[in-house]
Amino acid sequence: MPLVLSIFLWLLPIVTALLFVGRVWWTPDLASIHGRSIDDQLALALIVAGTIFVLAHFALGYFIWRYRASGSERALYWREHPKLEAAWTIATAILFIGLGIEGNRVWAGYARESMPSDVVRIEVTAQQFAWNFRYPGPDGRFGRTDPRLIDDSLGNYIGIDPDDSAGEDDIVTQNLAAVPVNRAVEVTLRAKDVTHSFFVPQFRVKQDAVPGLSIPVHFTAKAAGEYEVACAELCGMQHHKMRGRLQVMSEAEFQSWLRSRAAL
Amino acid sequence: MSGFLRRYLFSTDHKVVGIQYLLLSLAAVLVGIALSIIMRIRLAWPQEKWPILERLMPAAFAGGPMTPEFYLSMMTMHGTIMIFFVLSTAPLSGFGNYFLPIQIGARDMAFPVLNMLSFWITLLAFGVMMAALFATGGAPIAGWTSYPPLSALGEIAGPGLGLGQGLWIVSIAIFCVGSLFTSLNFLTTTLNLRARGMSLLWMPLTVWAWFTTAILALLAFPVLLAAGLLLLLDRIGGTSYFLPAGLIVSDQLIPNQGGSPLLWQHLFWFFGHPEVYIAILPGMGITSHIVSTFSRKPVFAYKAMVAAFFAIGFISYIVWGHHMFISGMSPYAGIAFSISTMAVAVPSAVKTFNWLATMWRGQIRLATPMLYSIGFVSFFVSGGVTGVMLAMPSVDIFLHDTYFVVAHFHIIMGVAAIFAVFAGTHFWFPKMFGRMMSESLGKVHFWLTLAGVYAIFMPMHFLGISGGLRRYAEFTEFAFLRPLQPLHVFISIAAFVTAAAQIIFLFNCFWSIRNGRRAGVNPWEATSLEWTIPSPPPHDNFAGVEPVVHRGPYDYSVPGASRDYLMQTEGGPE
Repeated sequence: MPLVLSIFLWLLPIVTALLFVGRVWWTPDLASIHGRSIDDQLALALIVAGTIFVLAHFALGYFIWRYRASGSERALYWREHPKLEAAWTIATAILFIGLGIEGNRVWAGYARESMPSDVVRIEVTAQQFAWNFRYPGPDGRFGRTDPRLIDDSLGNYIGIDPDDSAGEDDIVTQNLAAVPVNRAVEVTLRAKDVTHSFFVPQFRVKQDAVPGLSIPVHFTAKAAGEYEVACAELCGMQHHKMRGRLQVMSEAEFQSWLRSRAAL
Repeated sequence: MSGFLRRYLFSTDHKVVGIQYLLLSLAAVLVGIALSIIMRIRLAWPQEKWPILERLMPAAFAGGPMTPEFYLSMMTMHGTIMIFFVLSTAPLSGFGNYFLPIQIGARDMAFPVLNMLSFWITLLAFGVMMAALFATGGAPIAGWTSYPPLSALGEIAGPGLGLGQGLWIVSIAIFCVGSLFTSLNFLTTTLNLRARGMSLLWMPLTVWAWFTTAILALLAFPVLLAAGLLLLLDRIGGTSYFLPAGLIVSDQLIPNQGGSPLLWQHLFWFFGHPEVYIAILPGMGITSHIVSTFSRKPVFAYKAMVAAFFAIGFISYIVWGHHMFISGMSPYAGIAFSISTMAVAVPSAVKTFNWLATMWRGQIRLATPMLYSIGFVSFFVSGGVTGVMLAMPSVDIFLHDTYFVVAHFHIIMGVAAIFAVFAGTHFWFPKMFGRMMSESLGKVHFWLTLAGVYAIFMPMHFLGISGGLRRYAEFTEFAFLRPLQPLHVFISIAAFVTAAAQIIFLFNCFWSIRNGRRAGVNPWEATSLEWTIPSPPPHDNFAGVEPVVHRGPYDYSVPGASRDYLMQTEGGPE
């Protein structure tokens, strides 16, 4: 019995580690520039967590087998060892807090990245079970919006005010967007009704869209293709169907895509 | 009042109240498991029709596969029932009520009538929660976190968000009141009713665990109560605590303005993170107690264990923002929350080191309580290391709201705490009922549950790392999610087997009450005060003789002693 339990506790981390190392299931293929640092951090975190996981289970399994009751001997009367306790407390503090500082350095590096002047600006307004994308058009300015003007039957999904000339050339699409490859994109997230979350797995981008707030998030796509935008925050009964398509294309294709959309 | 009612129903005896809480948790956990089975059916086979289930619950199917809103309502109720009525109830109010007074040598709780009232308030909360489950229009679908605006808008935001959501909030508010009374009772009892000689640093670690948990409960539940009342006011009083201006829901303009959805998240997680520790601290206490008893060794570094309870308890109040890294909160605040979360891992690691050090050079007896406690340590490590990962915002960006998080919190606060309950049940059953539980049935149950739980939750890490989002009724709409379906089928089958294995535990409990081997006063050769009195204990615990305590709680294998344990009431070698 002790040996069986020990073997279980040894096999568990070995099998788990092999499945991770073998990448049987793994993150979707990376398609953004900043995502590399996130993936590296994830790998580092997995290695640290995995090492603790393996060592702790090896020790647990070994002790169960090695110190199983013999019936004749007495256990060691051992109550404390202040130096040992201080040593492992300090060691874990350095390990965890060091890892935390490193993780935050990566995050701050991404969150505080400044945007180049040619950044592509897109406004995303999430609503129950759809993504509305808006491009500012040739004037580079988004027109004023007013929720009272929202009228899906007229195609005015986000309530663009017709009295504001800045909004005349705005391009609005639903569940379909395009961005150019290798150019920074800044998305401003808004929500019409409840909280949603903008998730593009291959870009390693996830950010909540909260009603009442405008929250920026940015990425630079590095591979052309079509990606999925999924909602990551529970938003109601069709949450699992809230799917947008994000097409990454060359600069020339992007410009012609914008023109064709503007003509609609 | 007749004798029976007074003795078993409206009893003020802490032991009866403890058992009442345990039975309430048992009822709740059965409901919670049933709901999770319904969830797993939908997740594994989302398009399948189930004629038998449809006959039982026609509205949930509407002539086709299970509806997504029904799935979400099952998910919401599963989480709520498990977290509040199982994990916050059995380890603290169940075992704590029964054993805290006995372990410190008291005749009862400080406020026995308030204690009885706490239970009846909690039972009322459970009744209202069951009403939410069966409410007209469906049970709520906003998740156990019930984020507004979704939870604040009523029926127009989705099915179950009218009456069902309203009842949910009322139930949680009532539950908070009951837990608040319980924590007051625990704190007062521990501070004022200890027997002669029972100094604070001679209390068993179980008592320290319940004491620190009660401090957390005392400070956390009022915040949730307040948040719940504000949410209720937004729904029925026309206020706008959580609703900003200009919301358009189902083509309707919502008149509220000026509120903030993030306010709820801050209030909820200010409660919600300490809540995690309310669920797990009693388990740490039980594990420390049992690992020492069955290793026949003193708990290693007792004072560090006590300090770790307080460190975890204190730090747990300044980490809540790690649930909100991607919520739109300031990144600077995120950094503070991330580092504080890393800090809470330190006392948690210290506890693990101390459990291992307690086993080192012990004489380990692998009886069922010890098996479950070893399971606890294993789960605590498995779920803890993923917590360290998620504490980093850069990692959390990708893993937030995926099954990686589901795996993390189920292992560390769900399964670990439940294994502590299994351990506690096998350990204290002979004291509560005078008979031993079957060791062989217990071992079968332990193995099936240990292997089953890992089969359920280990694959969820892989779902998460592949981007698999939680709270999705199905994985069919997205190309990046569809390849994960075989994992869901595997998890569901593992869940069905593990759920079925719980019948063994149930049978063992009820069968052993009448048929178990008779237990003596101290079947485990343990040292704390509950093992000095008859099994089951008399009404006033110590039959009018106040115990006098002469030593700390874990004097196992003391050199020079005639046997390998010395009771707390014994003199003899120091």
